[in-house]
Amino acid sequence: MKSTNEQTLTFAFMDPPFESERTVTFFRLLEAALDKGANIRVFAYEGAVSLSLSLQKAHGNSIHGRNAKEEDHPLSKDWISSLQHKAASNNLKFEWINCGLCVDERGVTDVIKGCTRGGPPDLWRYASESLNTLTIGTR
Amino acid sequence: MKVLQVIDQAFRTTTEEQDDTILWLTRSMRSVGGDLTVLLAGHGAYYAVLKTAQPSLSLGKWHQSQPADLPKDINQLIDSGVPVFIIEEDFIERGLQRQSIIQGVQTIARHNLPVLYEHADQVWQW
Repeated sequence: MKSTNEQTLTFAFMDPPFESERTVTFFRLLEAALDKGANIRVFAYEGAVSLSLSLQKAHGNSIHGRNAKEEDHPLSKDWISSLQHKAASNNLKFEWINCGLCVDERGVTDVIKGCTRGGPPDLWRYASESLNTLTIGTR
Repeated sequence: MKVLQVIDQAFRTTTEEQDDTILWLTRSMRSVGGDLTVLLAGHGAYYAVLKTAQPSLSLGKWHQSQPADLPKDINQLIDSGVPVFIIEEDFIERGLQRQSIIQGVQTIARHNLPVLYEHADQVWQW
């Protein structure tokens, strides 16, 4: 497993799913970093802890005239899962920590496999052990 | 009640929701009889010249199959009886004047906006 600091990038992200295009940009950055051979560490802060909520559920959309299967609605938990698999297939690490207090505030305790609970010390550890850190705050 | 929906944040979460959430909200409320008008302001002016659906997102092996189709949504909104306006100056400021506007979308000069606003009982700025 590749794991030297020079190959590891930390991302701190604050936006919840379904609110801002920053979320999509964030995920595209994660994939781009994987494409460049970087190990990924994510610290999900505030609303971003909902990105990995396992209870996310795709729905149909009567306005679009499509049932749930046809609508095939994007879910951020599936994006995380897809990038986890991509990292694994490329022999790279993909770690994800949700801020525990932020999780408690929102009650989003059920998260997908590979996403864990932590706190600011983990962000500090992530950043300290990484080549660089990108913070994407909410607005 | 007449509501003016002012959309000035274009492409906000269109990838995840597979539509513009305020256009969608407007269509939904229209379907239950809502009397609504849409004003595409600021960056929202871009919506008036779109010709195709948004590009699909791919992340790893995940591929989007139903990207937002904003021209279709606007056409259906107009067909349902919702007037859609764009602010002429916002359109020109963005260099869009040489592009054709979706049929049925009306331009309105900024100095005429008070007429549109006065016509509404409530103005919802998104």
